[in-house]
This record gives sequence, C-alpha cells and structure tokens, in this order.
Amino acid sequence: MKELNFDAAVIGGGAAGMAAARELDAAGFSVVIIEREERLGGILGQCIHNGFGLIEFNEELTGPEFAERMQERIEGTGIRTFTGATVMEMDARAEIKTLYCYSASLGVLRLNARAVVLAMGCRERNRGNIRIPGDRPAGVYTAGLAQRLVNIEGLVPGKNAVIIGSGDIGLIMARRMSWVGCKVHAVVEILPYPSGLTRNIVQCLNDFGIPLYLSHLTTRIIGRERVEGVEITPIENGALMHEKAFVIPCDTVLLSVGLVPENELSKGAGVELNPMTGGPMVDSMLMTNVPGVFACGNVLHVHDLVDYVAEEARRAGANVARWLKGAKPAREARLKSGPNVRYLAPSRVDLDGDNKLYLRTLIVKNGASLEVKVNNRVVKTRKLAHIQPSEMITVELGPKDLESAAGLPDPTVEVAIV
Amino acid sequence: MKQGSARYDVCIIGAGVCGANIARRLSAYELDVVLVDKEADVSFGVSKANSGIVHGGFHHNKKYLKARLEIQGAMMFDRLRQELDFPFKRCGIVVAALHEDEMRAIEQLYMQGVDNGVIGIEMCSRERILELEPKLNPDVLGGLWVPGGGIVEPYRFVFSLVESAKKNGVQILTDFKAAAAARAGDEWTVRAEDGRVVKARYVVNAAGLYADEVSAVFGAEEFKIKPRKGEYYLLDRLTKARPDRVVFPVPTSVSKGMLVIPTVEGTVLIGPTAEAVGDKADLATTRDQLEKILSSARTMIPAVSEYDVITSFAGLRPTLEEDFYIEMSKAVPDLVQVAGIQSPGLTASPAIGEYVKDLLKKAGLKLREKPDYDPFVGKRPHVKDLSPYEVDELAAADPAYANMVCRCEKVSEAEIVAAVRAGHTTLDGIKYFTRAQMGRCQGGFCTYKIVKIIMRETGLSWDQITKNGGDSRILKDAL
Repeated sequence: MKELNFDAAVIGGGAAGMAAARELDAAGFSVVIIEREERLGGILGQCIHNGFGLIEFNEELTGPEFAERMQERIEGTGIRTFTGATVMEMDARAEIKTLYCYSASLGVLRLNARAVVLAMGCRERNRGNIRIPGDRPAGVYTAGLAQRLVNIEGLVPGKNAVIIGSGDIGLIMARRMSWVGCKVHAVVEILPYPSGLTRNIVQCLNDFGIPLYLSHLTTRIIGRERVEGVEITPIENGALMHEKAFVIPCDTVLLSVGLVPENELSKGAGVELNPMTGGPMVDSMLMTNVPGVFACGNVLHVHDLVDYVAEEARRAGANVARWLKGAKPAREARLKSGPNVRYLAPSRVDLDGDNKLYLRTLIVKNGASLEVKVNNRVVKTRKLAHIQPSEMITVELGPKDLESAAGLPDPTVEVAIV
Repeated sequence: MKQGSARYDVCIIGAGVCGANIARRLSAYELDVVLVDKEADVSFGVSKANSGIVHGGFHHNKKYLKARLEIQGAMMFDRLRQELDFPFKRCGIVVAALHEDEMRAIEQLYMQGVDNGVIGIEMCSRERILELEPKLNPDVLGGLWVPGGGIVEPYRFVFSLVESAKKNGVQILTDFKAAAAARAGDEWTVRAEDGRVVKARYVVNAAGLYADEVSAVFGAEEFKIKPRKGEYYLLDRLTKARPDRVVFPVPTSVSKGMLVIPTVEGTVLIGPTAEAVGDKADLATTRDQLEKILSSARTMIPAVSEYDVITSFAGLRPTLEEDFYIEMSKAVPDLVQVAGIQSPGLTASPAIGEYVKDLLKKAGLKLREKPDYDPFVGKRPHVKDLSPYEVDELAAADPAYANMVCRCEKVSEAEIVAAVRAGHTTLDGIKYFTRAQMGRCQGGFCTYKIVKIIMRETGLSWDQITKNGGDSRILKDAL
C-alpha cells in the first residue's frame, strides 16, 4: 500500500476544499486534496448557469468558471491533488490522522496528516427522506441527478415534469428542463413561501410561466412502470384538504427538497454533529470536537452561495495553519440560538478575535432586528430589512462587542431575531 | 443445454424464492430444467419485497404443511449459506409483550414452539428480554426468545440459488410470460406472450401472485390468489434504533404483526402492514399505513425516528387458504401446483424445493444424481466488507475494485460490472445484486454512473436502460 505524509489533508476538492488548501499552502504547510470525482470543482461542474462569484470575484460567473478560477489560484502551488479518489476510512484518534483513499489509478492510498479539513459538501434529500407515498415507478429523480444527466451526460430524463420543492436546484432545473424541450407543469412547495432565492423564482419560474403552488403537499406518485402523474393536496391552516386534491399528469418528478451535509465519514471518526445543521459542532476556529479535524463549506452547514463557502473555507484554512503552529484561542464563549434562530455556525466564539457567524432564521419578516446578548444583556443590535429561512444572515463579532463577557466565568453569547 | 423450442424434463414457472429453490434442487440430477419468469430479472416479484426473516418455527401449529416446511427449511439455511454465500445471520428473534394479556399469548406461542421442536426457545422476564435486546421499550413486561431465528437478504438468496442452478445446467428465461399451454402426448407446450415456446415433460407452477392465472392457462384447478399488501420503511444504517435481534410484537389473527428487523446488511427495516388489495400490481405505499408502521415500531423500540427513513416500499403476499397449496394437480397431468406461499414461505422455501422434487419423483420423474454437480458458487468480494489492505490487493489485479461507484453502500465499479455480467442489466437488478442505490442517497449520486456502466458493458443504448424492465425507462431523450 502506498503511503504519504502531509501536514494537512483536505477531503473534497470543491470550492471549500480548494480555498482551505490554498491558505494552508500559503502558510508553508504541505497539503493534499482528495477528490472523488475525476476533476476538481465538486458540484460546480454541473451548475452551468450563472450567478456565481459576485462576492468572491466581483463578476458573474457560471459554476464551471467559478471552479476554474478557484483552480487557477492553486495552480503552481505545492498542493498535491488526487482525483478519482474516495476517502473510505478515517482514523482521527491519534495525533497523526490516517485516511484510506480508494482510487482506480492508485489502488488504496494511505495518507497521514496532522490536521484534516472536512470539505465533502452535501447531498440531496430524496423521496424516502420526505416520505412521499404512492407507486415506485421510474422517473423520480433528485434535481441534482437530473442536472448531472442533462448538463454533463447529455441525457434528458423526461418530457413532462413536475418539480417538488422550491429549493434553488429545483428552480434552476425548471428553467434548464424547459430549455431542453421538457414541459415543466408545476413547482410544488409545502411551505407558504419559496425555499429558493427570490432571483431564481423570477428568472426560472416567472419568466417561463411555470406555476408555483405554495402550501401544497405531494401526496402520491402515480404510475406503475414510468411516472404518470402526481397527486397534489392543498394545505390550509396546517391541515391537508383532501377533497381539494388534484392530479397533474407528468412523466417525471424532480425533487428539490433540501440538502444534508454528508457526514458519514465524520461520524465514523467520532465527530459530534449538530442536529440542527447536520454538520459538525465546531469551535471558533471551525475545529470539531476531534482535535485537528476541521470543517468548512456545505459539510459544516448548507450555504446559499458558493461565495460564502469560499469565504468560510479560507478562514478554516487560515485557522488550521494557526493551529498547526500551536495557536489556539485563549478564551471562548458558547454560542446560543435565541428566539427565531434556527442555527448558528460555528458553535463558539473567540472573545479576543474577530468572529464571523452564519445563521438562519426560522421566520419570514420585514423590518426585523438582530440582537446579540452576553449573559442576557444586549451588546449589539442590527436592523434587517427582510429575513426568510432560505436566506443566510451573517454577523460579525469583534473583541469590543464581546468585552463584557471577558470577566464572566462561563459566558454565553446569544443571537436572537426579534 | 437446449435451445429454442427444445424439450425439457421440467419447466418451472416463476423465478422467485420457490422456483429458484426447486430449480436448484433439480439441478443436482441428470435433468434438463428451464426456469422462466415474466419479469426482466429473477426475484422481481413477491421475493424482492418481504421481511427477509428466517422464522423461528413457533408461529404455526404443525398440523399445517407450512409449519412443517418452515421448521425443516429453517434448518437448511446454514448449509445453503456455506454453499451459496448470501447474506444470512441467525441473530435470534424476540417477541415482546407490552401488556399482561400479551404475556398469556406469549405462553401459547412458547408451548406451540416446544411442540414444534424449536431449539432453545425460552420464556423471558422483563430483565432477561431487556438483556437480550436493550433497545426495547423499558415498559416491556417480558416475552419470548428464539435463538435460531434469523435474517436473510431475500433477493440475494434467490440470485445465489439461480446462479447455482445455472452453473449446474438450468436455463433461465426472463421476460417470459406464460400465455398459453397445450398438452400433446406426455408433453406440455408452454407459449410465452412474445411467441417463444418451451416444451417440457413436467411443469411446476411457482408463479407467486399469478399462480391462479398460470393454473388457468393450463386448464388446471380454479383458485384465486388474493394479494395482501405489506408496507415497509427502511432506516439508515446509522440509526440509533438498530436492534440486535428481530423484534416481533405479539401476533394477531391475520398476521405476525409489524416487526423491527436489523437487516444483515446493516440497515433497519420496519413493517409490514397487512392490507387486502384487489390489484396484483398495486405496490403503492400509502400515508395512513406508513404512519401506522412508525407508531407501531416506536411502541417496541422508542428510538425509531422518522429522520432515519431512507425509503419506503410495499410487497404483496400471495394469500390463498390458511395453508400452502403444494401438490400434483388433480385436474391435469404432470403439473405441480406451488401456490399460496405467503409467510413463512421464504423460510420454508428450501424445504419446498425438497418437497417438490419428491412430488415429481413420485409422479415418475427419474432422478439420477449428476456426478459433476457442484453445490458451491464462487464467493464474490464486496468492498464494503473488506479492509483497505484487502481492497488494495484486489485492486492490484483489477483496479475497478478501488473505483467507488456507490459511496453510501460502498460498492465498487468491479461489483457493478460483475452484476451486469451475471445478467442483471436493469437498475433495480443491479441494486438488489450489489446494493448500489440502496443507501441513504437512494441513487442520487450513482445512478448516472451505473447507467453508463450498463451501456458500456452491454452495448444497450440510453433508451434501453430501464428501472425494472418493460416501460420503466430511465431516460426520455438525448441531446
């Protein structure tokens, strides 16, 4: 078995993995990226639409272009990359962590590293996860699988589609399927508001005259061999209105019903997860409960934009470099999700450093206010014009905001939306 | 091996677990045997969607043929596993009693089990049953312990049986729907819907849900198979609810109740419901029934969570009378009826193979042992079960063993290729054979890879790739 040693190993060669690796390389550490697909870029490769890079590169790029830019940044560096290689096992108990990577060209590769960065991204929730009853015919796919088939393989999964869930991939695929000659009959959303970004509702549905059914549940898939239709039932005041159910004939159902961080490898290595995000619990350095194992990007929590992924991963990479040099925060405080906050990432803040937090709210509201409290005393407030669960909110907290926590024995920093 | 309209000694209709066991048993003799099925692959009917239990022999009174075959069949699994290398484990069965009345029912089951000769059967106190299965509801009062009960992957069992039968000369014809049968001299001519013809001295009707229709095709006994639907949920292998034993509730008069099953491959199955349906192709799941499963499973194992659900599915039991119907037709010559094989049919199936062989012998079939009969099938490596060092060795000879196609169930390209080469060319066939697409992403990541491998290995074009044959095409257009 081939064996190689590095200071840091990055699992996943998407935007997060590349951004984290670049920081580590720049700080003078030896670093390896392991990517299971044949090329770097992760899911960006099949996202041929534009809308990427507005923050990171100050211009509008397609997914493959964004990936290419990220790749250009690591070209000529000392970063080793293995593509077509899947990390199948991770032993992170000792100071030196061991990864076993399976690859057709190399067989099994044993990689040893002092630090590991988890950057594996997320997977789509599927029919089973949301428990749609009915027949089990061909023609039910996740939106991301359909995207792969159309954009990379040149194969079209259907001619008449209904899209379940108004997540961004579903909206993008509504437009994409329309362009390849598939009639998209409806997008069906269980919630009273869309899950995807507003710009995608406008550009992908409204511009194509595709109806969006809000507060509707898909109650049955119909069709013995191939999909023949879906039964849709309206929800009023939280109850299913069975007498108002109707069937939309179609041959294809695409699911865009949420993403889940892919943490089976992390769990196997003893990493503790946050049930609200499905990602690891991390401290202010984005380090998990397993010393030397860090997480960033969609494996930590699902982001709206790849630009945020890159930003977070850069910080993760810089933190790993600091950690490898022996630095760690002197004083941390626990972060608590207050009223109307779904989750906060990370789970701790550094009282002496600059912190950037990502959060999601549980509510839709115009004219909301964000409050940061230290042991129940408000230390910072911010006005938010409009908030909704699908749009991530960022909060920056510096030493000045948190100075009142300094003298307390076990300070808690709470973030609330009011 | 015979071709086209040649004459066989025995034609078995239905390549489910009964047909496969019968075919494999007959393959030990100097006989020409053909096993036909109307579906695109074997094990695509009743045998693919059931609880996968090797029962404990205490549920039925031994006055029934099904109870006697169950007890005999259950004891045959250890040897079969050695020969055929399919996933099987005697993890034991607990029946949990949650009320005083149920403890009395447990006592009845215990006495029946003792009467049936069940080895190691035991009445349990609360303490004992919680020791055997700590995940049980702490309110449990006691129960029954049957150490010999076990779990099996039913389709993998059928695939192994069919592979063994094929290796010993049995011919397999899929997409062969018996549409007409005629008797001339001492010979049956069976005509498929697509015009193919098989001639055989004896015919075995092991057509599962369609055994009544096949019987009618032969002008034999009139009976009616009534499908009874069972719905299931499959839970992720990382669930906290995975028990160490198969957990049964106290049975009702119509069914053995809804179980919590730790599958051999590491996932957890909960179900089945039991609901009479009119349509033999109705495999739809329903919201009401699925809710029942979750609440029933939680009563026994409180850790069952809907967040662990990765898929749901339904199977149909081919119910006829109280007992199995396995005998020579009295209406027409040289036809064996194997019908109404509901639970414990999977457990009984190896014994059904023996039983049908004996019926055929009595009917005049000459059984001469094959000198070169080989009961073993080659062991296939599964990357999931191997250490990195073992995979590295395999990959040195075939790099495809280190190319991961299905990340959730850890299936390599080499295993997919092996499945295709063994004749499984639909997505479902590959799923049941290899487990690829069976894990938590349900094919979200690997479907396109598998489609490409099937196309590469078989030369099929994109519009010929199906989920499970017929019109279940995956793709509608190419750019």
